[in-house]
Amino acid sequence: MKSVGFRREREGTWAELETLVQRVERGGIADLSPADVSRLPVLYRATLSSLSVARAISLDANLLAYLESLGARAYVAIYSAKSHPLEAARDFWRRQFPRAVAAARAQVALSAIVMALGVVTGAALTLQDPARFYALVSEGVAEGRGPGSTTEELRDVLYGKRDAADLLAAFAMFLFTHNAGIGMLCFASGFAAGVPTLLLLFGNGLILGAFSGLYAERGLGLEFWAWILPHGVTELLAVVLCGAAGLVLAEALLFPGRHTRLGNLALRGREAGLVVIGAVLMFLAAGLVEGIFRQVVHAPAVRMSVAALTAVGWAAYFLRRPQP
Amino acid sequence: MTDLRQREIVTPEGVPLHFVVARAGDRIAAFTVDILLISGASLVVILATVLLMGATRGIGLAVGLVAFFLLRNFYFTWFECLWQGTTPGKRAVGVRVIDGHGGILTAEAVFARNLMREVEVFVPLVAVLAPESLLPGIPAGVRWLALAWLFVLALLPLFNRDRLRVGDLVGGTLVVRAPSFVLCEDLSAPASAGPSVLTFTDAQLDLYGIRELQVLESLLREARPRGQALEAVAKKIQAKVGWVRPPAGRIDDEDFLRAFYTAQRARLEHRMLLGERREAKRGGSLTRRR
Repeated sequence: MKSVGFRREREGTWAELETLVQRVERGGIADLSPADVSRLPVLYRATLSSLSVARAISLDANLLAYLESLGARAYVAIYSAKSHPLEAARDFWRRQFPRAVAAARAQVALSAIVMALGVVTGAALTLQDPARFYALVSEGVAEGRGPGSTTEELRDVLYGKRDAADLLAAFAMFLFTHNAGIGMLCFASGFAAGVPTLLLLFGNGLILGAFSGLYAERGLGLEFWAWILPHGVTELLAVVLCGAAGLVLAEALLFPGRHTRLGNLALRGREAGLVVIGAVLMFLAAGLVEGIFRQVVHAPAVRMSVAALTAVGWAAYFLRRPQP
Repeated sequence: MTDLRQREIVTPEGVPLHFVVARAGDRIAAFTVDILLISGASLVVILATVLLMGATRGIGLAVGLVAFFLLRNFYFTWFECLWQGTTPGKRAVGVRVIDGHGGILTAEAVFARNLMREVEVFVPLVAVLAPESLLPGIPAGVRWLALAWLFVLALLPLFNRDRLRVGDLVGGTLVVRAPSFVLCEDLSAPASAGPSVLTFTDAQLDLYGIRELQVLESLLREARPRGQALEAVAKKIQAKVGWVRPPAGRIDDEDFLRAFYTAQRARLEHRMLLGERREAKRGGSLTRRR
């Protein structure tokens, strides 16, 4: 019988592939020697061709099921293997991240505008009537600051050593995890048609605006921004990017264009995910600046120049022509 | 087989492979295992942080905070990236994540699908259990809204054929049962075919189709004890094809069935090569394939 001869001839290849796949399943692709790694796709293709032949000539149900499952296992082992983590990180930083951000240009602009609107609204409301500060900023965020505080108290926050020096690292990490959490929520809530995303962006802007209004009223406006911006440039940019990623999701869902709604969501969701990965890294950098640098360096001039430097740096990074 | 849950994935090489979509129960079980592991690890992190804080204060707290953050947000992403689309829970249950269109399961797809857990589970859970911590002065209605949201998203996988949750929609992924079959002996290989003195005519072999052949195969592969079943099937086939017992000695039921299986398979495979695929005995006529 043809199918019996066929099986006898190729069984060895299948068994070899099966042992390799088993090793990848247990210990990952790194478990294989270079020779095995180069052997894997050869065996995989040979087995897939065996499967095609078997479907045409064999009626042995067990053989077909075996080949199908072996093909599927090898497929998973090969097509979910990663390149070296460092190489992947470099590729992400130099190519994927800026490109994903560039692709979401319109959403980034919209998200930045919404947040800026929040800031302006918050500042204007607070300047008109300082009592409104309480309506805009919750007790937990205000930490005792408000229209009732004296100017001295407000100034102390800008220059005060917030905690003992050895708690700075903890503080930096608290800020990072807290902000990154908000950023990721901004992205994920894009699935609800983007409404929560826009609310979160606007709300964040309102709080920032309310604070700036409070400080500006006491003549501390410039010093306040010198306090915020060294880390704020990076952090606010990261929030804007997360919001933009959420808006990408919302747009993919609401206006699928030529694709199916779900196909489009899957396509653009991944791209947006890339933006969020980058934003989380930016939150980490911002947290370190906020938690450590700001507590140590007090001169407004130095703070402002660091802020300007980060702004120029990010602009150069994102506006650079992406590599092909 | 469970055809309703089978999905065809065309690999980049152009060969269709079939995967079976994981059941909702499998997914829940896997998620439960993972959540238990995360909770256990979180407890360890908290204890370690408290102990470390005594000695190093700030650094210990910083490490603890980051560890807790990573655990909550990146546990699934980490494992699915490094373990070929599985996590400890998925491995225990036997399911895995693949790309829904046959491509490479990329890190960003894994990242996107797991970020959505935040809106699917964690935030609504907080909104239901402790709305005050989310936003002070939250109206009571929001709690019901959150409950409804949680409910809708949790049940979403039950309302589509592929059991996709929101994260799968965004990442373009599919969760399937991890396939694994063992290659058994070839029933028609000469070594196991028994005395090949039994012969059948083409007319006898044309009575059955592929489905009957494969039912017979599964019967022959079944683990013991099965003597009675073998005897019953052998009798039935002998009666159907009008087979006459040769005068020389008695023939074992299993030997008869193996010989019949071999002859039947040879006949059907031969006809399949010529382009005639006979699927089953009834509904009878031959289905022709190009």
